[in-house]
Amino acid sequence: MKKLVISIVLVNLLAACASEKPKETAQAPAPAAAATERTAPAPAAAVDELNDANSILANRSTYYPFDVSVVQEADKPLVKAHARYLSENLDRSVRLEGNCDERGSNEYNLGLGQRRADGVKKMLILGGAKSSQITTVSYGEERPRATGHNEASWKQNRRTDLVY
Amino acid sequence: MLLRTFQGMIGLLFLMQVTAAKAELTIEIVGAGEYQFPVAIVPFSGDGKLAQVIRDVVVGDLQRSGLFRMVDPEGVSPQSVADVAYGDWQIRGAEALVIGSVAFRDDGRAEARFHLLDVVKQVKLSEQVVSADAGQVRAVGHRVADLIYEKLTGDRGVFNTRIAYVNRIGRKYNLVVADSDGYNEQVVLSQDHPVMSPAWSPDGSHLAYVGFETGHAVVYVQSLYTGQRKVLADYAGSNSAPAWSPDGRQLAIVLTRDGSSQIYLVRPDGSGVRRITFSDAIDTEPDFSPDGQHLLFSSDRGGSVQIYRMPAMGGLAQRMTFGEGNNFSPRHSHDGKSFVFAHFRNGKFHIAVQDFKTEQMEILTEGGWDKKPSFAPNDKLIMFASEARGRGILATVSSDGRVKQRIFSQSGDAREPVWGPYP
Repeated sequence: MKKLVISIVLVNLLAACASEKPKETAQAPAPAAAATERTAPAPAAAVDELNDANSILANRSTYYPFDVSVVQEADKPLVKAHARYLSENLDRSVRLEGNCDERGSNEYNLGLGQRRADGVKKMLILGGAKSSQITTVSYGEERPRATGHNEASWKQNRRTDLVY
Repeated sequence: MLLRTFQGMIGLLFLMQVTAAKAELTIEIVGAGEYQFPVAIVPFSGDGKLAQVIRDVVVGDLQRSGLFRMVDPEGVSPQSVADVAYGDWQIRGAEALVIGSVAFRDDGRAEARFHLLDVVKQVKLSEQVVSADAGQVRAVGHRVADLIYEKLTGDRGVFNTRIAYVNRIGRKYNLVVADSDGYNEQVVLSQDHPVMSPAWSPDGSHLAYVGFETGHAVVYVQSLYTGQRKVLADYAGSNSAPAWSPDGRQLAIVLTRDGSSQIYLVRPDGSGVRRITFSDAIDTEPDFSPDGQHLLFSSDRGGSVQIYRMPAMGGLAQRMTFGEGNNFSPRHSHDGKSFVFAHFRNGKFHIAVQDFKTEQMEILTEGGWDKKPSFAPNDKLIMFASEARGRGILATVSSDGRVKQRIFSQSGDAREPVWGPYP
């Protein structure tokens, strides 16, 4: 499992490098790239904090009460930690996926999920992440993690996932 | 003598990725109209198998409307008007009688000729011929049922119309077009990503819908004739909730590209995007009034999700629903006098209607997970998504709430139904 995660991360990195290259040569000044590399020396990069199961970064979901889209107090440390990580790893990007329970129309929930993801995005940017590192999407109620018609299921479905 | 030939009424649809689904549908009917018109439909003469299929369709359609009671012909099947003993049919309790014959013509088309007789007045009400391509035998039955329905109720029939819905089977989402009774399913899109909010173009030639195949919600417009599809809106964030204007020249859609979900107008080719709501709330599920002048939509701008109405060109919105609970997914009736919506209260979704003049809300279903209602083109029935025995199903309720039916398909969860226009 862990191997798979790492290899996916590597593939993502390679893909990112490949696709970013023309832009870097065209715009991004070389020293900036060098600077980020210096702050994260090669040995440290090998044990990416993101892959540390004991790190707060291993938590990748924020949860919400019914029909609420603001990040809850309990989840703020998690979001702030991801903000710090992103600000220190400008080559990384994250996809925020907003989800909802089924109590609403799916179109309303699509809007609510988007608002949840956008709320996390705002907090990540406040914490130092760059807007360009973040994309937000909403699945509304279309991709429930649990399918029961009860609060036990619903509370799992009202969430934003941080996907690297 | 009224003799009309309904040829070419049923245009051949060339659907891409068509899967011939051998639908085993179960249809349950609950309730009945206040008065059910007693009608006897005798077995049609001619090709036996064809006669059986067409009669079954006619009987099924009329029964599902809730307005008719089938009188058993008791083995009597007059083949011509001259053979009809009106007195006997009065004794059996029939007030109308249908006799007819079917045949495959030399050109290969299936044809039904029938007489509709008034048993009480002992006169012929109409005599008609309906035909369709041999592959569209059920359509002949639907058209016959429509003609009987129209003659006896004075309202236009909707049996020969189509519906669209999404069928979810495991991880697979199929966008399906079917006859209004759920038969004759054609899969027009099949993929492993959610599909939602299908919307018929006013002429029935295209479906707009929301697909997630690129990882986020994108609005597509697909031709039902060629299967060809185009991206209507693919901006950052979510693109959703397509609704056609009655003249088909623009769509209302919902975008989050400028912040929260807001309503925009766009031409069917994706050009001319123009924002028409300006709130920081979620404004979604737009639906044009039949005259194209207004939009209904749902919004949480007042704190809870309610239905609002605004000029279609933009302008001030007026709240339409008040009271306990939240309201979603508004859709106008075709006569423009009322709207139907999903009413959520005490943990249950109900289908409800509200009259524009009286502003009175009437709840039509007992509730559960009843969502996404839409009117039949004649406003007499409302189709919606429901749930029974742990599965998503299609259901209808008469607009007076008296007659309900549930349609169980063979597999999967049916959701997001929307009734198409007249052919």
